[in-house]
Amino acid sequence: MSFKDKLLSSYIGLEDYLEFDSPLHDVRNNAIKIFEEKGFPTKKDEEWKYTSLNALLKPDYSVYSTKERNVELKNVRKYFLHEIDTYKLVFVDGVYSSFLSETTHDTLDVCLMSAALNKSKYKAVIEAYFNKAAKSDSLTALNTAFTKEGAYIHIPAHKEVEKPIEIINFSTGNEAAMFLQPRNLIVVGENAHVQIIERHQSLSSNAVLTNSVTEIFAEKRAYVDYYKIQNDEASASLIDNTYISQQRDTVCRVHTFAFGGNLVRNNLNFYQKGENCDSTLKGVTILEGKQHVDHNTLVHHIAPNCESHQDYKGLFAESSTGVFNGKIIVEKDAQKTDAFQQNNNILIDDKATINAKPQLEIFADDVKCSHGCTIGQFDEEALFYLRSRGIGLKEARALLMYAFANTVLESVKIPELKTRINKLIANKIGVSLGFEL
Amino acid sequence: MLKIKDLHAGLDGKDILQGINLEVKAGEVHAIMGPNGSGKSTLASVVAGKEEFDVTRGYITFENHDISELDPEERAHKGIFLSFQYPVEIPGVSVTNFIKTAINETRKSKGQADMPASEMLKMIKEKADMLEIDRKFLSRSLNEGFSGGEKKRNEIFQMAMLDPKLAILDETDSGLDIDALKVVAKGVNKLKSDDNAVIVITHYQRLLDYIIPDFVHVIMDGKIVKSGTKELAYELEEKGYDWIKEELV
Ligand SMILES: Nc1ncnc2c1ncn2[C@@H]1O[C@H](COP(=O)(O)OP(=O)(O)O)[C@@H](O)[C@H]1O
Ligand SMILES: [Mg+2]
Repeated sequence: MSFKDKLLSSYIGLEDYLEFDSPLHDVRNNAIKIFEEKGFPTKKDEEWKYTSLNALLKPDYSVYSTKERNVELKNVRKYFLHEIDTYKLVFVDGVYSSFLSETTHDTLDVCLMSAALNKSKYKAVIEAYFNKAAKSDSLTALNTAFTKEGAYIHIPAHKEVEKPIEIINFSTGNEAAMFLQPRNLIVVGENAHVQIIERHQSLSSNAVLTNSVTEIFAEKRAYVDYYKIQNDEASASLIDNTYISQQRDTVCRVHTFAFGGNLVRNNLNFYQKGENCDSTLKGVTILEGKQHVDHNTLVHHIAPNCESHQDYKGLFAESSTGVFNGKIIVEKDAQKTDAFQQNNNILIDDKATINAKPQLEIFADDVKCSHGCTIGQFDEEALFYLRSRGIGLKEARALLMYAFANTVLESVKIPELKTRINKLIANKIGVSLGFEL
Repeated sequence: MLKIKDLHAGLDGKDILQGINLEVKAGEVHAIMGPNGSGKSTLASVVAGKEEFDVTRGYITFENHDISELDPEERAHKGIFLSFQYPVEIPGVSVTNFIKTAINETRKSKGQADMPASEMLKMIKEKADMLEIDRKFLSRSLNEGFSGGEKKRNEIFQMAMLDPKLAILDETDSGLDIDALKVVAKGVNKLKSDDNAVIVITHYQRLLDYIIPDFVHVIMDGKIVKSGTKELAYELEEKGYDWIKEELV
């Protein structure tokens, strides 16, 4: 049985257990139909030209965890930003871990999708927002059909959340191969502020495939600062589908640090629905071995007087491959749009490859749109400069990598997180410099 | 200290340097002058070990060891310092962190432990004060957005921190106003001793009023065509280079 067939039949099992009067019932049924029709994307789809899921779909994945497995805090503490106080939503093999989590219902809701889907007090929010920003592509639809668990975060108007929220998905390797589909809904009320860190972490070398969907709604004047840490095991793959819907005067920023995993596909979509929106999409990708990371971004400028800033830096070693596919659409009404996109890549080894493709679709006439893409090697003159001061080749390269990634790192607003990422980068490039940047 | 013998070096099979001979002894200051494109920076880069240039003939020794095969960092560890004509911008790395790394990497190469932080700070303060460098400047990203003058002053700061045996200053004076020039010269003179040497590459005799050379060499088309004492610099300032060309014919 193909993985697709397996999923379709386990949906039938799921349907039996779902409440028929749930408002989501139709949403799920429609979604599974979309998935049944379209199936998994293939390289024939323009959007998937450079990323093949074939090899990923081969293992016999468990769709639900059959056994529950506890993880000990001391073994996973390092994956939390434990230097500071945070809210935590922790899932182990797709199941909520109350033991590792730190939730709240005190003025704001940092809790579970499963609770939000089932309790009547959340019904209005779910009906207003759930699946309203997500696209109906097959992978998102697959997630929608199976929606069961994930983060539910609701920040009321004017609330400035005092500490970051961490969403962490662990997989234990309990099953030989695990398929996970977390579903997150984040609603940030008018003039509210929030910082969120998301991480997927496998704790074994068994295969894991995660198809995650996150919807973020920023009500007017809201501020959302979101960090994705992708530094997973070589047996773990991730398809991340994130949809951000911005009302007027909002600032939404997503930083993606893609350092690990087998195959990662980031579908990051921004919709600017009101005036004066500011969207930031930044990323640092550092790959080696046979790793593959595909950044697929969309910024949809629908309303006038908005800005978007994209800055993706990639360093590719050995035979790793990268893809950057950045689409900017400026609708006819989106006059005075200022859209900026930059993608710079360094190929450290001859066998590494990057496919970069900016796509601009501009229907308004009074816009500022710029994009630039570079693919190069290390700047020899800069290397010589550093070496002439006594810094060895390896360290000199490391310094240049930092310098290269710095435009992304400098806008990380949580200092402890920035320190962590610096350490991850130092680890990744195999040097320890006597200081933190 | 430094001996250059019949040095030919260039790129893509074309020699830029066409037989340079030069000897610099400990305690000496040499000035190298010459028109644009004559090979001054190339000579400086080849001595510092830039791999882009191929040495096709001749050799370079430093303290009686052939250094032709050494990496740039190995030459730096031996005490060769090049102040760049065009220092490179390194965003995200502060001047302080950069110089700490450079000093500790050099110490590591000699099997020494890192310099204690307090000692490092004291030295940074002392050298920055001497060169009238604002402390705030030291936490800025290396050379990023620096004015021409700030870049050059920062080069001399690094030189002062690294305390080289041979300092090659490639047009360190260009982009400096007279006050900055005096400060830079003060830094160089302070470093100067009987045990080290300086090569000053310049277009103008102006700098040589403050850093007084023992010898002046004129380089043209990749060759040293005339050597003399500091009077030669005045003569060049007054008459330009054409008369030397005529003399050569
Ligand atoms: N990286 C390079 N690529 C090509 N030509 C070079 C390079 N570096 C120097 N040259 C050439 O070598 C000659 C000498 O240059 P340079 O040493 O910079 O002169 P100077 O410092 O005396 O002005 C010039 O003709 C210059 O164009
Ligand atoms: Mg020059």
